[in-house]
Amino acid sequence: MTPLLSLAGLTKAYPGVVANDDVSLSIAPGEVHALLGENGAGKSTLVKMIYGLVKPDQGEMQMHGRPFAPSEPRAARAAGVGMVFQHFSLFDALTVAENIALGMENAPKLRDLAQRIREVSDTYGLPLSPDRIVGDLSAGERQRVEIIRCLLQQPKLLIMDEPTSVLTPQEVDILFETLRKLSAEGTAILYISHKLEEIRTLCDAATILRLGKVVGDCIPRETTARDMAEMMVGKVLGTPTRTAVVQEDVVLAVNGLSRPSPSAFGMPLRDISITLRKGEVLGIGGVAGNGQDELLAALSGEMLSPPGMITFKDNDIGALGPNARRTRGVLAAPEERLGHAAAPDMSLTENAMLTGAAREGLEKHGFLNWSAARSFAERIIEAFDVRTPSPGNAARSLSGGNLQKFVIGREVLQRPEVLVVNQPTWGVDASAAASIRQALLDLATEGAAVIAISQDLDELMEIADRFAALNEGRLSAPQPTGGLSVEQIGLMMGGAHGMEVAHV
Amino acid sequence: MDLSVINPILLIAALMSAATPILLAATGELVVERAGVLNLGVEGMMILGAICGFAIAVETGSPLTGFLAAAAGGALLSLLFALLTQVALANQVASGLALTLFGLGLSALLGQGYVGVKPPRMPDINFGFLTDIPITGPILFSHDPVLYFGLLLVAAVWATLKFTRVGLILRAVGENHDAAHALGYKVVRIRTLAIMFGGACAGMGGAYISLIRVPQWTEGMTAGVGWIALALVVFASWKPWRVLLGAYLFGGITQLQLNLQGAGVAIPVEYLAMSPYIITIVVLVILSADKSAAPGSLGRTFHASH
Repeated sequence: MTPLLSLAGLTKAYPGVVANDDVSLSIAPGEVHALLGENGAGKSTLVKMIYGLVKPDQGEMQMHGRPFAPSEPRAARAAGVGMVFQHFSLFDALTVAENIALGMENAPKLRDLAQRIREVSDTYGLPLSPDRIVGDLSAGERQRVEIIRCLLQQPKLLIMDEPTSVLTPQEVDILFETLRKLSAEGTAILYISHKLEEIRTLCDAATILRLGKVVGDCIPRETTARDMAEMMVGKVLGTPTRTAVVQEDVVLAVNGLSRPSPSAFGMPLRDISITLRKGEVLGIGGVAGNGQDELLAALSGEMLSPPGMITFKDNDIGALGPNARRTRGVLAAPEERLGHAAAPDMSLTENAMLTGAAREGLEKHGFLNWSAARSFAERIIEAFDVRTPSPGNAARSLSGGNLQKFVIGREVLQRPEVLVVNQPTWGVDASAAASIRQALLDLATEGAAVIAISQDLDELMEIADRFAALNEGRLSAPQPTGGLSVEQIGLMMGGAHGMEVAHV
Repeated sequence: MDLSVINPILLIAALMSAATPILLAATGELVVERAGVLNLGVEGMMILGAICGFAIAVETGSPLTGFLAAAAGGALLSLLFALLTQVALANQVASGLALTLFGLGLSALLGQGYVGVKPPRMPDINFGFLTDIPITGPILFSHDPVLYFGLLLVAAVWATLKFTRVGLILRAVGENHDAAHALGYKVVRIRTLAIMFGGACAGMGGAYISLIRVPQWTEGMTAGVGWIALALVVFASWKPWRVLLGAYLFGGITQLQLNLQGAGVAIPVEYLAMSPYIITIVVLVILSADKSAAPGSLGRTFHASH
């Protein structure tokens, strides 16, 4: 059988780095093909070439045995390639139907389109109201908008870039039903993910990339997740070890915290209570947009609270701003690296100064000690294996994973007593993620308390002593992580948000 | 003090005319901002439009040709802004301020020979017997064509943004230029066209002042109307009908305070003169409390990277 799509010897170089080096693979109609690799392995560049966003330097692509060289996304869409982006390419202020119309070549009238959206969403079990404003939707619903936008054009190949990173387990099941149905109808799917267990349940074949080269193929069902991870990384992986003992002393107590969200599309916090003890790691799961950012802001001091709601070692800190809390030992690392955790155009030294000034003694009587800040930055770079030419480089110039190591390392090295992190390993490759997790556990061993907010349930199960879920701004009662099943976690996270299984 | 000298019918008719320059400029700027570009050069484009329109109307004897020339002049000046911000990726705020200063200077240069000249008058549209209807006649049917054009323009912009694909794409580009680019839309081209539309509208607004409101040319005669138009777009939450409301409110209070001054009200002139600014802004701030957000990409430089 002729493959639907075959790539032969694709090469793409950017200044200083070869993103793809002689990559070949082929996908049959109806096949679910996984593309595996760490950050910077060249997965995104490869799919961008297929989608016409990037032109290859060398090599050729064939579709149905005929040469295929899309010059722009429009041409790729016309040839039957659909893509669901990792960072959703949606317009917040527009409605679902308007968003979908923008992604179509010959969009019908909005009223007819709304009808077709309802049909497709019924067929594939992806309920979605065409009139809603996208800014009000949950992450799972936003992804449905992208998927339906692709499905309306009857693609022969659907590219999905990390589709499950924002979904609850139940939503993942439903997405997989949809994908299996599509695959049974003959649509090929190119599936990019870090999550190896998912790939094992869903995919028929996998191609593994490392540093831009194909380093292996496998049949995921017949390969263990660990073997695949080691092929990706190219070395044997260690599992983080937990040695911390939870002590009796309560360091941080949150009592009935309710605050409106500072942003228009945000989620208010509703009656949140937390008791955090020395040496404890509390994992907080939940789908993005359910109050994670607001909770971090309330704990870090970006958002102030009325008296009695947040106490640190029996002192009320609700009215203290971030710097005052830092001085006392309550530190935080927010999710958004560029612009929130780090100032993009400032150097790493300057960024180290920004949060480290008080606790690391980098500032005296209003004057800054730059040489101390520089050596602090160098310490972070050294301890967390941040790959950068020097601490004088701008934060923006680092890759996402490297900057993440820097911003987490910066807080960890300040000897916090309470550390709040949001998405500590988001977009970080497997080996770096393991070392960040180990650092958080080591911190707990030394007697600090950690609150880890994350979308990655496997991560939370690995590092947390207790698990709680945020849903619609409410925090469930924390449960010990030992013995929690995926179903229980999913229910804590609020189930499947009104999704239903595809009517196959 | 004699309030009876204020004729409400004439007042309303006059406010429509007073509001038209702001309305034209603000409607144009609304389209520009909806496309995600902040052009602070409205004042400069208006004053250039004022002198282009004035000069051409005087030379050709046709006010209509003057208005077309004003639109062309405004669009041409805005093209300079487009070149700076869309091609050279310069900062939009700085480029817009520069455009205003440049427009003021250039118009003074062009207008040197036109001080004290009288332009040809643009006749009012003849609506026949409609003009003779009491009250509504003088209010609605006694104006020049450009005033009606301004009203039609608001309706057209509203309908285009709401109901057409062109409008949808324009809003999409203003909302999230990266996503629009990823979907294959030509962000720079769409924005350049929007900027030129804004320039043309501002130019006509300026010409309305020099050809109809004041009928004469003086340096700097737009006197800050462009800045009012800019503020109006923001306080109107980027909605065309609210721009109309704001422009009429501003025009109305301007007329009213002039009439009050004429009637000798015992309030210092300075307070009366500042009242239109304060009242318009207060009303629109109250209206914009519904959290209508600015276009997501407003004022951000777009650079097509991979």
